[in-house]
Amino acid sequence: MTRTNVWVRSLAIPAMIAMLLLAGSPRVAATDQSSTPNAEVKIDNFSFGPQTVTVPVGATVTWVNHDDIPHTVVSTDGVFKSKVRDTDEKFSYTFTKAGTYSYFCSVHPKMTGQVVVQ
Amino acid sequence: MRGKKQGLIDQKLQDLNNDGVDRRGFLKCMAWAGTGLVWTLNGGIPGSRAFAKTAERSAAKGADFTFVQISDSHIGFNKPANPDVTATLQTAISKINAMPHTPDFIIHTGDLSQLSKPSEFDTLDQSLKGASAKQIYFVPGEHDMLSDNGEQYLERYGKGTKGTGYYSFDHKGVHFVGLVNVANLKAGGMGSLGHEQLEWLEDDLNGRSASTPIVLFAHIPLWTIYPDWGWGTDDSEQALSYVKRFGSVTVLNGHIHQIMQKVEGKVSFHTAMSTAFPQPAPGTAPSAGPMKVPADQLQRVLGITDVNYVVSGHSLAIVDSPLDTSVSSASENGSGSSLLRLAR
Repeated sequence: MTRTNVWVRSLAIPAMIAMLLLAGSPRVAATDQSSTPNAEVKIDNFSFGPQTVTVPVGATVTWVNHDDIPHTVVSTDGVFKSKVRDTDEKFSYTFTKAGTYSYFCSVHPKMTGQVVVQ
Repeated sequence: MRGKKQGLIDQKLQDLNNDGVDRRGFLKCMAWAGTGLVWTLNGGIPGSRAFAKTAERSAAKGADFTFVQISDSHIGFNKPANPDVTATLQTAISKINAMPHTPDFIIHTGDLSQLSKPSEFDTLDQSLKGASAKQIYFVPGEHDMLSDNGEQYLERYGKGTKGTGYYSFDHKGVHFVGLVNVANLKAGGMGSLGHEQLEWLEDDLNGRSASTPIVLFAHIPLWTIYPDWGWGTDDSEQALSYVKRFGSVTVLNGHIHQIMQKVEGKVSFHTAMSTAFPQPAPGTAPSAGPMKVPADQLQRVLGITDVNYVVSGHSLAIVDSPLDTSVSSASENGSGSSLLRLAR
């Protein structure tokens, strides 16, 4: 073994370990949380529950239809729009920007809800 | 709610019937009849009499024509409230076919399908092919608009219609208008006709003689029954202002899966039962969703509506009958009592 090789090898292992560590860690978000908690909204009895859900930027909200009637999830500002969801079907949307997102069911418009992203 | 107005209606009812039975006594008798209720309109004043099979024949004889309203078939629905909506639709069609007179046409007031799927519309069409009446008029329900802007519905049933699927036609001197109040619904709102359709309606009615009987039909009720559940149309008042001058106006709706009736001046409102599943009375359940009833009672809360028109007398008789027409006892709270509810 040459002297150069030994020098490279003594650096290589810690370097490799460092790279592995960096590759494995989650990207740090704008907030000081290391992960983004997602939320679930249950659709039941022609209503969204909870009616208002608050999530951090980057979170994914999943709506699950527990009614025996189909519903949709449609943002009033055109930000997101689900296909019709029958019983047990889901719709998810990931919120990448802060803000208040009002939405409703386009089939039963009295059903309204809000996602607050902060 | 009693009061002067109610007393006046009772008085007029007594004059019309002339049979010694006042309104309250009639309602008690009605619970025994079980078959159906005939509402007659004569210049806007309601009259009623019990309806038995023989009476139906004579009602039809005096009528210039008859048609049938069916509604809310929800083909594709398969939950416990009714696991086989195609079968109950078939029962409704058989009932129409068993009528002593073939109706001139059928009006379907919407929610043909459950999910706007082509297979669901196919099944509906297949079933209706077996109906004695070959002419069928449709208006969509919100369940028929689930593919973008209701394109599946319009492709099949939208020929000759305007905008979201509205249209009008004349039949033996009566002017029929099919309205669409299930498109472009706004968050927090109820049914909606929209500016374009209202303009078209005003134009469509313009110039017609006030003695022309008018029949408006749309899916969601054109009067406010229960806003919390979306049972009403936000801009129907404007539409109703256009028909105010006519001598006889009938409004036929669906959507609520139960019978409700109201008379306001010369306008009579009527909602039909569904052929698929019943829904709860306003505010009696957490939501308006499908209501489960014991299996042997299902066919008593589903039904069709037979409309008999006597043009010369400007009178129209609306007969609601459940799919199961076995005589019910007075103690049963089936469709018999719901036929008699009048919003005041």
